[in-house]
Amino acid sequence: MAIDREQLLHVAHLARLELREDEIERLEAQLNDILEAVSKVSELDLADVPPTSHPHDVVNVWDQDEPRPCLSAEDALANAPEREGDFFKVPPGGAA
Amino acid sequence: MIDTLRLTAEEAKRLLEAREISGAELFAAYLAAIGERDPELHCYLHVCDGSTEDEGGGEGIPIAVKDVIGTKGIPTTAGSKILEGYVPVYDSTVVERLKAHGLRILGKTNTDEFAMGSSTENSAFGPSHNPWDPSRVPGGSGGGSAAAVSGGLAPWALGSDTGGSIKQPSALCGNVGLRPTYGTVSRYGIVAFASSLDQVGPVAKTVRDCAYLYSIIAGRDECDTTTVELPQPVELPEGADLKGLRVGVPKELNEAEGIEPGVAAAVQAAIAKLEELGAEVGECSLSLSVEYGMPCYYLIAPAEASSNLARYDGVRYGYRADAAERLEMYERTRNEGFGDEPKRRIMVGTYALSAGYYDAYYGQAQKVRTVIKREHDALFETFDALVSPTSPTVAFPLGARTADPLAMYLCDLLTIPSCMAGLPGLNVPCGLSEGLPVGLQLIGPQFAENTLFRIGHALEQAIGFDPVPERLR
Repeated sequence: MAIDREQLLHVAHLARLELREDEIERLEAQLNDILEAVSKVSELDLADVPPTSHPHDVVNVWDQDEPRPCLSAEDALANAPEREGDFFKVPPGGAA
Repeated sequence: MIDTLRLTAEEAKRLLEAREISGAELFAAYLAAIGERDPELHCYLHVCDGSTEDEGGGEGIPIAVKDVIGTKGIPTTAGSKILEGYVPVYDSTVVERLKAHGLRILGKTNTDEFAMGSSTENSAFGPSHNPWDPSRVPGGSGGGSAAAVSGGLAPWALGSDTGGSIKQPSALCGNVGLRPTYGTVSRYGIVAFASSLDQVGPVAKTVRDCAYLYSIIAGRDECDTTTVELPQPVELPEGADLKGLRVGVPKELNEAEGIEPGVAAAVQAAIAKLEELGAEVGECSLSLSVEYGMPCYYLIAPAEASSNLARYDGVRYGYRADAAERLEMYERTRNEGFGDEPKRRIMVGTYALSAGYYDAYYGQAQKVRTVIKREHDALFETFDALVSPTSPTVAFPLGARTADPLAMYLCDLLTIPSCMAGLPGLNVPCGLSEGLPVGLQLIGPQFAENTLFRIGHALEQAIGFDPVPERLR
């Protein structure tokens, strides 16, 4: 399965990456090499094999539902690129 | 005079307890070594000065921490420009545990960006260099931690391993590194790469130091629900006798294409030593795991990475690019902030998870993962541990593999299969080839760290490998 320029730009948009023109060309070749290599997994007939999403059989873990101290607003905002009061500030939404 | 090139953590602990040296003297000795050799080796992205409580105020043993591990009040970049200047406001659980043991943080060690790579050449802040030959890579992604321990710039260190990032650099730098059983060490506060694979683990000069550090960091953490209590306590290995142990030699892991003759020879000699020490050695097979491990890993890890790295959006922390509108800000921030390798993996992962491709790529890879797990499980009905080279090659020259992502991916050919199965793996140095260290990989069933330590320690004593790089002796 090969990926073309149009698909690559679609995937880049899904991943919220604004690729430069030189990157698009380089990535197209590299992604096709990588996808060809990983497509090897399709050689195996695994219709009856269940998937593994995790190496452990830990089923579920419940915590006590008790309030406890957490980050202060000041700490949570300490690394913010931009803030206004107790909010993270971002540019307006725009057309998209 | 403290010889940081030779001092083990165990010996440092003894000297501290006997009050033959003070914690301040010990810390200063490492800072001096860093000042002397780090300009050449570039192991550290940040060096502490011991002045703040956040660095661990105790009188204990110094330790280096890989820069994907969150440290309160100390910059944590994961080797990425997108996290440049980020200073965590809380400690990861592993760092809390280090401090609770009185350990003091020396600094944060270099890593491939987001731990994606096998040479540290993907670090946004420049590569680290191998203490045995600075024209060569230290391996990766945890090359900074491995090179710091080998170069005498830390007595021991923490690394993190997704597909080989502790074991492979330990092999290339000639030290002992453990990738623990998945779930035995907390991932809370770690910069996430592939959450079903990431594990924090120790890097040290000796197997005993490695076991000791593992005992400090291991165990259930209520902040990471994938963690479990260890079924039995960590034992510091002592004996040299391996009677009663059955060690398997998986043919495909030992004869894979690309294994250098000098690496194969050193590992063969070490396997013969295991027999001399009383272990029963037998050949076995991991054919599917070795053939399909790489493609399986390079779907699952990028898929998880594409999801984990979605958080870097320029809103709450890290780099933000200038833009008038929000979507533009996200896309530009991410493109300017991420380097080539994270971008490649985000793209592969997003593609593998996208509508129409999910079943063929990600879904199929998860099934292959089951096959890999079953193949390993079956071998552990016969064997207590498996042995192979850790890396197909010794340390390679800087720049040798950077042009071809797939060539770099092959560095982890032998470490990946057991990672996919969640199994523990220990790298033990077993000799030299072309004057560079060769690492032997021991793989065990889940929670078999004590068995790996026992075999590794016996082998270490029998081989007598000198962990100090020849040019620094």
